[in-house]
Amino acid sequence: MDYAPSNRSSASTKIVVAGGFGVGKTTFVGAVSEIDPLRTEALVTNESQGQDDISKVQQKHTTTVAMDFGRITLAENLVLYLFGTPGQRRFWFMWDDLVKGAIGAVVLVDTRRLDDSFAAVDYFEAKGLPFIVALNQFDDAQQFGADDIREALAIPSHIPVITVDARERESAKRALVRITEFALTQLAAVPAPA
Amino acid sequence: MATDAPQESAGPRLVRPYALTSGRTESVVDLPIEATLEVLPSARTATWPEGDLSAKIIELLASSQSVAEVSAKLHIPLGVARVLLGDLVSAGHVRTRATISENTTTDERRELIERTLSGLRAL
Repeated sequence: MDYAPSNRSSASTKIVVAGGFGVGKTTFVGAVSEIDPLRTEALVTNESQGQDDISKVQQKHTTTVAMDFGRITLAENLVLYLFGTPGQRRFWFMWDDLVKGAIGAVVLVDTRRLDDSFAAVDYFEAKGLPFIVALNQFDDAQQFGADDIREALAIPSHIPVITVDARERESAKRALVRITEFALTQLAAVPAPA
Repeated sequence: MATDAPQESAGPRLVRPYALTSGRTESVVDLPIEATLEVLPSARTATWPEGDLSAKIIELLASSQSVAEVSAKLHIPLGVARVLLGDLVSAGHVRTRATISENTTTDERRELIERTLSGLRAL
């Protein structure tokens, strides 16, 4: 593959926001983004998705996977993108694209549906991408402590577990600061993911 | 599809997405989803056939936009945006700005993450 001529003095980077359906990924992105979250789509053929129901083929040749993202201009020459990832395992082919070159990931967790976050935690661990776990505080959810969740998700002790209110800009911002700090500490500790 | 353009009321897309790229699904250059692009002088004198999305892309890139934004704002799938942008890059009309890649050194990576951190703290 050719490498595009690029301008090194100006850069963009990204942080991935992962978690189960309805956990508040887009809310989180929207709380801190300078633009209303945008949506991009990738096409998946039925074949690659393991779709074998022939009756559906005539209606739909491809499935689209939507991904919401936001943008924060951090300096004149630095833009940070936040990508909310489709949480299901079958979309892992898209996660590969997202993880490549990311600073790290915030795994949003709804404590009422902990198992929805297993796929993301497994994936980032396997890829060696720095991640933190952020418990989104839903009003009607029983409040669990970070230690309970760490145990339930079997999160190693060095990985930060924090609480977040995905609707609040300051709270979302703190989570982004936390993952970036953590990524910096991990830079010395482990080889960077390719 | 949730984001069908209004004129496509008869159903799904009127144009097969990869017809826009002559059926090609791979970009000729490596284009990370977060890479922002800038227009080079040659694009200002270039002309494209009617209906070619390249002209729209060049117009959109008047302000700094990423691969993801080109896809979202022109309502084209990510893969299609990549192929079209890849053509513009290889033709010398557009160039990418830096991102973290497999060629990024640890020092460069650290520098970029540190700048990100100070930017986030200052928000």
